[in-house]
Amino acid sequence: MNEKTGAALSVDRLSIRFGGVTAVEGMTFDVREGEVLSLIGPNGAGKTSAFNAITGYLPAAGGDIVYRGRRLNGLRPSAIAALGVVRTFQKTSVFSGRTVIDNVLIGLHLQSRQHPLAIILGLPSVAREERRLVDRAGEVLRFVGIESRKDELASSLAYGELRLLEVAVALAARPTLLLLDEPVAGMNSIETASFMETLGRIRASGVTVLLVEHDMKMVMRISDRVLCLNQGRIIADGSPSEIQRHPEVIRAYLGERHARAEG
Amino acid sequence: MRRAAAAALLAFLISIPLWVGNLYVLHVLIVTGIFTIAAMSLNLLLGYTGQLSLGHVAFFGIGAYVSSLVSLGFSVHLAPDWLVTLAPQPVWLAMLWAIAISGFCGWAIGRISFKVRGAYFVIVTISFAEVVRLVALNWDELTNGPMALNNIPPLTVSIPGVIDFSFIGKVPNYYLVLAAAIVAYVVIARLVHSKAGRAMIALKENEPLAMSVGIEVTRYLVLSAVVSAAIAGMAGALYAQYIQIVDPNIFLFIYTVTMVIMVVVGGKGTLAGPIVGGLIFGLLPEGLRSFEIPPELQWVAYGVMMIVIVSIMPSGIVPALSRWWNDRARANAKPAEASEAGARQAAQ
Repeated sequence: MNEKTGAALSVDRLSIRFGGVTAVEGMTFDVREGEVLSLIGPNGAGKTSAFNAITGYLPAAGGDIVYRGRRLNGLRPSAIAALGVVRTFQKTSVFSGRTVIDNVLIGLHLQSRQHPLAIILGLPSVAREERRLVDRAGEVLRFVGIESRKDELASSLAYGELRLLEVAVALAARPTLLLLDEPVAGMNSIETASFMETLGRIRASGVTVLLVEHDMKMVMRISDRVLCLNQGRIIADGSPSEIQRHPEVIRAYLGERHARAEG
Repeated sequence: MRRAAAAALLAFLISIPLWVGNLYVLHVLIVTGIFTIAAMSLNLLLGYTGQLSLGHVAFFGIGAYVSSLVSLGFSVHLAPDWLVTLAPQPVWLAMLWAIAISGFCGWAIGRISFKVRGAYFVIVTISFAEVVRLVALNWDELTNGPMALNNIPPLTVSIPGVIDFSFIGKVPNYYLVLAAAIVAYVVIARLVHSKAGRAMIALKENEPLAMSVGIEVTRYLVLSAVVSAAIAGMAGALYAQYIQIVDPNIFLFIYTVTMVIMVVVGGKGTLAGPIVGGLIFGLLPEGLRSFEIPPELQWVAYGVMMIVIVSIMPSGIVPALSRWWNDRARANAKPAEASEAGARQAAQ
């Protein structure tokens, strides 16, 4: 960890290429412990690519990704999750054929220490732990506010609840850094408001959040800091109000979009 | 409800030898039971992790050959002047070896093919079964080739001065296979309802999401392959000590196909599915034989029945029945509302 700045995650000169196409070039930024940092930028700016590289879904062509002193480059997604870096996906992604509570139980995978042999032998410790996991899953569902749906199939949830379930699955993995990829895309304003309230509680529980989002009202309200990305490069870094006034941001992205959102 | 049904089924299965005197019927039930165990093991891979092993009979056959060879003893030249000899071992030990070596083969196949998965796993498993069959056919010194391994001793439980019992004949073997099936069921059920089973299901349903919460893909696929292969090996060992002869035809593709049919028709990814499928497709050919129709037509009837079941219940018999049962339970849960609505309608 970089003690001076309190950086939890440091991304240093990260570049990502698809064949000959450069998606991200020389991207450098820090995420500080406990903050909500938003990554904004027009479509194709490289936000999701950066997410994928940080969480091990895409190889970085260059640069370093360091979380709390551990280099993440080259690690598998499961190993990165075990270090406390957990993500959600842009496209709604749950285990749709399973019940809501089963989804969260799958998310609790890392909290479980059962050895396969102990499972096969049916040791009492396994049953004890299983009960503890079910309790914990209930707590997580209560935290995001969909506990009443726990026995229903994930596929039967309404859209807003589905996106809360995604967050519940991610939270079950006990992240210290949570990466949310457009969590409120497609939500109506009521769902968005309720989601922001949940996000506030996640942050209050001490989880650092890195957010990719197009909903500017939400970004401006919830973020401690905002990074603006354009064509694979960071063009601005600052507080929400600084970003709103930043001339390059307005030119690249915010100007027309924000105007439209406000109008 | 579910528990009561399971207890009733178990009581029924235990009672069968008491009122079925026909030894041929018992024989059919024993062989069906053995293949049902193999189908249960295949279901762990196919139903829970979604990986299709089209060479599953290889693990079954390896189990049969290993247990036969260890119990018969062998002496084989691994090099012209390197003779390896094994004296005959007790059958229970031979069966444990069969389980261990089948499990090891499952591990090796899993390690090799799960880096790529999907179609590659299917191809690797088919090839593996074929290679093992050719080895069994051509390594005369070890396996007797097409001449088969004969006079395989039956399982004997003997503690000097306490008990000395051999599983000879239909009734003891029936109970032996039933006990083994229960053990296999319990092992699979425990696994499926645990962290490991959830990880397997998660990988099948949504691999990127499963990885994002820390589930290691290869580890759980390999685990399921090991357990699946070991149980198939146990089934093979049971088969060898019951039939008492093993030849390379045990590796024929048709046996794998039979297991796949049992799993898919019964309902993959359900614990009861392979049991229902196994009983139906284990007993069906014998049932059809009792009708006075030519054998070709019996197989046509077998195929037609399979197609009919799969087209009516594409996800398998057990999932279809449980859906029907749940719907009925839900309909019964709201009789008050329904009758109220009916009364209102009648009044209008």
